[in-house]
Amino acid sequence: MKALEYRDVSFSYEEEGGFRIEHLNFSVEEGEFVAVLGHNGSGKSTLARLANGLLTADSGEVAVFGTALGDKNLYEIRKQVGIVFQNPDSQAVASIVEDDVAFGAENVGMPREEIGKRISFALRAVGMEEYRTATIARLSGGQKQRVAIAGALALKPRILILDESTAMLDPRGRKEIVGVVKKLNEEEGITVLLITHFMDEALLASRAVVMNRGEIVMQDAPSRLFRRGEELVTYNLALPRIAEICNRLRAGGMNVSDALDVNTLAEDIAKCVS
Amino acid sequence: MLKDVSFGQYYPVKSFVHNLDPRLKILFLIGYIVAIFLAREFLALGACALVLIVAVLCARIPLGKVLRAVKGILFLVIFTAVVNLFFHSGDKVYWGGEPVLWQWKIFRITQEGIIFSAFLVLRLCLLVIGSSLLTYTTTPVALTDGIESLLSPLKLIRFPVHALALIMSIALRFIPILLDETERIMNAQKARGACIDSGNLFRRMKAIVSVLIPLLLSAIRRADELGEAMDARCYSGGNARTKYKKLRLTWRDPIAFSVLAALIAGVAVMFVFPVFPI
Repeated sequence: MKALEYRDVSFSYEEEGGFRIEHLNFSVEEGEFVAVLGHNGSGKSTLARLANGLLTADSGEVAVFGTALGDKNLYEIRKQVGIVFQNPDSQAVASIVEDDVAFGAENVGMPREEIGKRISFALRAVGMEEYRTATIARLSGGQKQRVAIAGALALKPRILILDESTAMLDPRGRKEIVGVVKKLNEEEGITVLLITHFMDEALLASRAVVMNRGEIVMQDAPSRLFRRGEELVTYNLALPRIAEICNRLRAGGMNVSDALDVNTLAEDIAKCVS
Repeated sequence: MLKDVSFGQYYPVKSFVHNLDPRLKILFLIGYIVAIFLAREFLALGACALVLIVAVLCARIPLGKVLRAVKGILFLVIFTAVVNLFFHSGDKVYWGGEPVLWQWKIFRITQEGIIFSAFLVLRLCLLVIGSSLLTYTTTPVALTDGIESLLSPLKLIRFPVHALALIMSIALRFIPILLDETERIMNAQKARGACIDSGNLFRRMKAIVSVLIPLLLSAIRRADELGEAMDARCYSGGNARTKYKKLRLTWRDPIAFSVLAALIAGVAVMFVFPVFPI
């Protein structure tokens, strides 16, 4: 089943000079892990905001699990589509972890006992149980973003969108977040749309999509996508180092696999050399 | 320097005071402030101080934290002390009853002035420590829950109590973030050669504009982002909302109430019948 579907969607911002999305057709299957890549201003965040009605398409429609987004079902859709944003410091409403995770569940009028269970579930899913009563301001960037993910999870969404959620984190924080998201995708079966400009994060995805000026210009399995390095460069994207090494080795006549994993690559090289 | 303003800085430990009902804590603070202003002599103010010291000990807040609250208004404390030290002139001075210890032009120190300014400083410190004790021991969320609950009768006249409470809790939550931001902007401006900490008052005021405008811009941007994040989490106003944390009275509350009631009663009695009037 299609979890998220953009049907002939057009959208433009009011200010001039920006990009516009025209007749976009794109869909994500249930349980898929899709990475959306693109440099700044390529329209990838707009894609996220269209998915839960933060922005409304000028024409065409966005459907979540087959239901078209409209004014009447806005909150039903938002329950199913959780979004985690970029800035770890401007997403939390409350100062304490559990209060913030509870916010979404409180908003939809859930009974108290259920909210308590949801908080436990969400914090366990992101590995932050022991921080339940901690002050958010004292957490690291990666931990703050994990709390933000928990805040989205408290509504038990079936789709989780990360809109550049790793952009303001250090490498360690980025690893934490990507790891948590991968786990949620595999263990909870949550459909994931990971929007990022860090190419290496796309390695975990089952499909990678490249956006440029409001258009989807490339889409393929990440390993195959990374073989087209020169094309990616024209969209201002740089290859992850391992993919670049693989491409150079191939250009030099070595036959290495697409695994994009350091150990596999080492074995492949060893085979070729011997 | 900026971090010294300790409001909105919850100190997370478990204690008697932390576990008091936030609604009562707010009322207690109001009662305590009333008691401080009713106190006209050192004995009464001493009783207030004693209650506060016991409360701080019960709250398990480290002394440094408590003193930091005073440090934040150190200028005000010193200013009050100095002005009252030099210019306080009780009735007795005019009647020539009080000996002047030291005099230079219009500056005059009398024994009464010393006592009075000490009294004011103590009063000011008690006020600030008492107020910060509330914010140290109560999470901003609990605080706003308390205020919301105390104001809830106003819903009858269609006053937007929930919106107000949310505004307050968000404001409290953003104080530390905006303080960090201010420091960052100040450093950035200094790196560009701005003199924020030097020069005369006028020049400094002018320099501070270069901090305030970026700060305001960033606050607006953050507000925008937060609004989006709230929307994404199904926020639709206060009508259909439930609350995860419910306020409940415990055995602690009557104890705290009796202590404070005794204090106010005692101070009120001393207000009417002074024991050692200043």
